[in-house]
Amino acid sequence: MTKYDELTEFLLLLGDSAMVQGQRLCEWCGRAPAVEEEMALMNVGLDLVGQARNWLEYAAERINDGRDADMLAFRRDERAYRNLLLVEQPNGDFAVTMVKQFLYDAWQYHLLEALTESADEQVAAIAKKSLKEVTYHLRRSSEWMERLGDGTEESHARMEAAIDTVWRFTFELHRCDAGMQALAAAGVIPQADELAQRWQTTVADVLEKSTLTMPEAARSFYLNGRDGMHSEHLGILLAEMQFLQRAYPDASW
Amino acid sequence: MSQWTLFEVFVRSKHGLNHKHVGSVHAADAQMAIENARDLYTRRNEGVSIWVVPSAEITATATDEKEPLFDPSEDKVYRHASFYELPDEVGHM
Amino acid sequence: MYAQMVETGVKKVKGLDEMSAEERAFQEKIDAEIKIEPKNWMPDAYRKTLIRQISQHAHSEVVGMLPEGNWVTRAPTFKRKLQLMAKIQDEAGHGLYLYSAMETLGADRDEEIEKLHSGRAKYSSIFNYPTLNWADMGAVGWLVDGAAIVNQVVLQRTSYGPYSRAMIRICKEESFHQRQGYEILLHMMQHGNDAQKEMVQDAINRLWWPALMMFGPSDADSPNSAQSMAWKIKRHTNDELRQRFIDQTVPQLEFLGCTAPDPELKWNEERGHYDFGDIQWQEFYDVIAGHGPCNRERVETRRKAIDDGAWVREAAVAHAKKKKQQAAA
Repeated sequence: MTKYDELTEFLLLLGDSAMVQGQRLCEWCGRAPAVEEEMALMNVGLDLVGQARNWLEYAAERINDGRDADMLAFRRDERAYRNLLLVEQPNGDFAVTMVKQFLYDAWQYHLLEALTESADEQVAAIAKKSLKEVTYHLRRSSEWMERLGDGTEESHARMEAAIDTVWRFTFELHRCDAGMQALAAAGVIPQADELAQRWQTTVADVLEKSTLTMPEAARSFYLNGRDGMHSEHLGILLAEMQFLQRAYPDASW
Repeated sequence: MSQWTLFEVFVRSKHGLNHKHVGSVHAADAQMAIENARDLYTRRNEGVSIWVVPSAEITATATDEKEPLFDPSEDKVYRHASFYELPDEVGHM
Repeated sequence: MYAQMVETGVKKVKGLDEMSAEERAFQEKIDAEIKIEPKNWMPDAYRKTLIRQISQHAHSEVVGMLPEGNWVTRAPTFKRKLQLMAKIQDEAGHGLYLYSAMETLGADRDEEIEKLHSGRAKYSSIFNYPTLNWADMGAVGWLVDGAAIVNQVVLQRTSYGPYSRAMIRICKEESFHQRQGYEILLHMMQHGNDAQKEMVQDAINRLWWPALMMFGPSDADSPNSAQSMAWKIKRHTNDELRQRFIDQTVPQLEFLGCTAPDPELKWNEERGHYDFGDIQWQEFYDVIAGHGPCNRERVETRRKAIDDGAWVREAAVAHAKKKKQQAAA
């Protein structure tokens, strides 16, 4: 697999994750538990796809091989996608969707907050813009965690089951590889352990308020989004998302 | 019966203006009502502040009471500045 | 239109001299273009008809998300995906504005939605057609929203205040929908390859007649029109609006370089309007009666969404109750 420079790889992690999470939210269209929630889910999705475009535009600029953000999003294979394993997991019921959203929001929030101080000006600018949106996303998903965790017996049970389903993918949220260490040393991204600490605190706090149990820290296992080692779900998601670009490679839309 | 409560929504569109009634939303609690209202009524930068009030908590005048409630103020012109004529020499007041 | 064949329950429109004092005062207000507001006295049939009409309109907005949802996961570029997501969000929003207007009449939203799910309430016939290629996203915006706008612009002056205000808001927001749709098609026709141009023509061929049917049956076959017009909850006849839509759409069609699937469509100098062929009304009545290509799937999807979401809504209520109790303790 081609690996780009550390920053470009990191931009792909951010952009691809937002894109895949946005795509999963699109799948909810017409199926949300209330019409108000249709608005809300699509709203978050819209923010995320917009963020993905910003990150991937910057990545495309750095890769500089003639591909633009659209080509990166709609023509790359699953092995070249760098998104978090968490966001590619199927939506499941509303509990799984909300738990995924919350764990991802908490990660995004602390990461973006730190990235507003990035030594890379463009990263700082995109982070600043995205942070406003993500602050709202985190607030909303935290509230849903509480409502559903501390709601009815059924909702509580569903939330516990949802956490059990996706928790194992959270090891990636505080993973740090050599590339990230180098970026952190250069002040482009925050230190991984500080970030992990903040994520841990937010998640523990919200889970406690939600009367939900926080599992032990997830351990890494075989799969790894940053190396394009995805679960089988991503390929199918991309097949759908990329259909038109793949079927009509010379078309202009 | 609806599961969620009906809330009336009031949006202040700019600093310095009054909150204006824009419609309603359903929500389980007031916080959710604020967020639903934000997503629904301020998608296009329409607002800087939102109030939500449970619809059942609003007491309204029946419009058929219009005459006794509002007509009496019609002939109290002295409540309006234009009622008072001042000579031009006094200048702007 | 989004509200088609709304039953008024009135056999014959009463003259002023046949009305009670209350009814007469009400009708005179309407005749004087004074808006009726929620707390005003209104005839029961007016209230019921409006609830039916507004709920039908709202259901249409919500069901209308489904044919677009069919492609939102497959939109080809960032730009198109973001536009479509924003548009779908608007449809949900417009549904909510309308439900909100409907609730000012004393109707309960959940009950009205239940009527949709049990087949007792209607929604626009157009959303029972499948979206089969990406150009459908263009054709839906251009033709379907275009037809809707023709009707909604007029409804901004409807006699019921909350409905009129909802329509004003919707019209303001919807102006981008039709342009968005047309631009999708225009881009494919001007910059696309042969396969894309075929998609555009195919989409128009399939959606042309259903779009014309949106305006509802001919005036001669619309028994409820007279009362609805007297109440000004309908302001022009179905045929007038259909003609207006055709007249404004044909030049746009020609600019695209496409054709309509109607050999009889041609300009009539004498009338100053386009003539067009006969509409297959049997198809329309079949679709309205539940026998369209997607009726089952549409209603089933909506019912499933609300059923599957029951535990979510219940949990939110239970949580709110707990919070209240804690605050009181």
